[in-house]
Amino acid sequence: MAKPILEVKDLNVFYGGIHALKGVSFEANEGEVVSLIGANGAGKTTTLRAVSGIVPYKGSVTFRGENLANCPPHVIVTRGMAHSPEGRGVFPNLTVMENLELGAYIRKDKDGIQKDLDHCYELFPRVKERLAQKAGTLSGGEQQMLAMCRALLSRPKLLLLDEPSLGLAPLIIAQIFEIVKKVNSEGTTVLLVEQNARMALKVSHRAYVVETGKITLSGSGQDLLDDKRVIDSYLGGP
Amino acid sequence: MTNDPNKTGHNPVPEVGTKPSAKPAPKRFAMSFVAPVGAFIALAIVGQLLEASTNQYVQLVLLFMCANIIFATSLNLVNGFTGQFSIGHAGFMALGAYTSAYLSTAVVQNPSFFDFIWFAIAGGLVAAAAGYVVGLPSLRLRGDYLAIVTLGFGEIIRVILLNTPAIGGARGLFGIPRPKEVVLGDFVFTNFYMNYLLAIFWVILTLVVLWRMVHSVHGRKFLSVREDEIAAQSMGINTTQVKVRVFVISSFFAGIAGAVFAHAAQGLTPATFGFTKSVDAIIMVVLGGMGSLTGSVMAAAVVTLLPEFVLRPLTDITGIDLRMVLYSLALILFMILRPSGILGTRELPDLWRKNGK
Repeated sequence: MAKPILEVKDLNVFYGGIHALKGVSFEANEGEVVSLIGANGAGKTTTLRAVSGIVPYKGSVTFRGENLANCPPHVIVTRGMAHSPEGRGVFPNLTVMENLELGAYIRKDKDGIQKDLDHCYELFPRVKERLAQKAGTLSGGEQQMLAMCRALLSRPKLLLLDEPSLGLAPLIIAQIFEIVKKVNSEGTTVLLVEQNARMALKVSHRAYVVETGKITLSGSGQDLLDDKRVIDSYLGGP
Repeated sequence: MTNDPNKTGHNPVPEVGTKPSAKPAPKRFAMSFVAPVGAFIALAIVGQLLEASTNQYVQLVLLFMCANIIFATSLNLVNGFTGQFSIGHAGFMALGAYTSAYLSTAVVQNPSFFDFIWFAIAGGLVAAAAGYVVGLPSLRLRGDYLAIVTLGFGEIIRVILLNTPAIGGARGLFGIPRPKEVVLGDFVFTNFYMNYLLAIFWVILTLVVLWRMVHSVHGRKFLSVREDEIAAQSMGINTTQVKVRVFVISSFFAGIAGAVFAHAAQGLTPATFGFTKSVDAIIMVVLGGMGSLTGSVMAAAVVTLLPEFVLRPLTDITGIDLRMVLYSLALILFMILRPSGILGTRELPDLWRKNGK
């Protein structure tokens, strides 16, 4: 059996009186792409935020054998987990280069950063063209690429991607998912949160369906693509 | 189609750790050392001319302007660069002012010129300590909530000062000395001039420190907190720590501003440091541009000088006192016509740099 890099057990999150996550458990094995799919408000983003320590939770998150309970987000990054937040979260008034430098904030090895940066330019040629521009002036797709590029610069073992397809044209979405596959093939485990279930399932080794704060279905990407319930609820039509 | 390389997007790729606008080393040295010293000498010469050509009233306004520049730029660090909203900045200024004033009246007799530097630093440290105490719990709050906490704090300071007899209570603290005049042969440096040297020393020091800070990796952190706190955390930045540090540094310089103010005014009452003083600072920051140090300097100069040298003579000529009406009207018009402030997030040198952002 593959080694789990991330194990989440019985995750509960409360927003005031609202019980947003009701005992979510899942795991991601090393080298996998794992997706959480589901409708608006199902708790996908909340799950991701709990995993990276941004929202407080009850339950256990074990990352590379270490329990992350009460670990603040800025420390979790140094453990090898990078979170590309929902809505991209680029710093709009900073230049693309400054955004990227902040991505490598936890690292001190200048040569290594430069190497990774060059690699990122290969993956995202558009980002390289825009280095001196303010990030807020980029198109949505370019911003998403920048956000992913920035997250990769912390050299994560696990990359959390929150809705990378949000508000993008189908062609750009296809590009983004190509890059996700490529990043994964180079050894980064990816935890993907998506509403675009079809695209997500196609690139995923395994996936979980989240509904109203619970995981209701799980299986390999292909299994879920063929599953009647998933087709009816998320894929629409035959 | 133009073939401008900047527009087609094929920019030369900057190396890691260098800013796109990084200058060669000798020039950077010039900016960081020669420029401030040169500015100090130039302003010192200007001070001699002012000493000879102006009356005490004008001189006092100029000293207030120096205090306001420090006050506004220090607040800009919190409100402009880090995106927090503090509206109790006058409280920290009051602490610096009273500390420095108390030391120069009750503790040290006949203070020398250099004593005043220590007084101001002590004032800054007291303000910084208060900034830490206030900042640590309250900077976990955001936006309106932080504003209300800082507002409350400013009032607490004012009320404490009001009820402390040792520093004059409601009557105020008076007889605060200025640096003594210095006689060098035939040359007399008056006490205004010595005080002016002290004031410009602090103005330049504040600007240099803040400028270096916001243009460093730390500055990048401040900006990232302002732009998107969640993303900043995901980069590995301890946002609470960043905010507390910024708040403490900002409070320190507000304390320095208070010290400069105290020795210029030579008298303090708690009422000076009410809510309106905090609002003045916010006006200067917003007017100059949130996130522009040079903008704050310009705005502080305008806000201090305009009512005194433009609106007051106008009142004398027309015989109607419309100072506050015109001042408010000017602010309203300015915000409608130029909502990002004088410079927005740019700095003065960006304006004449060819490939400015």
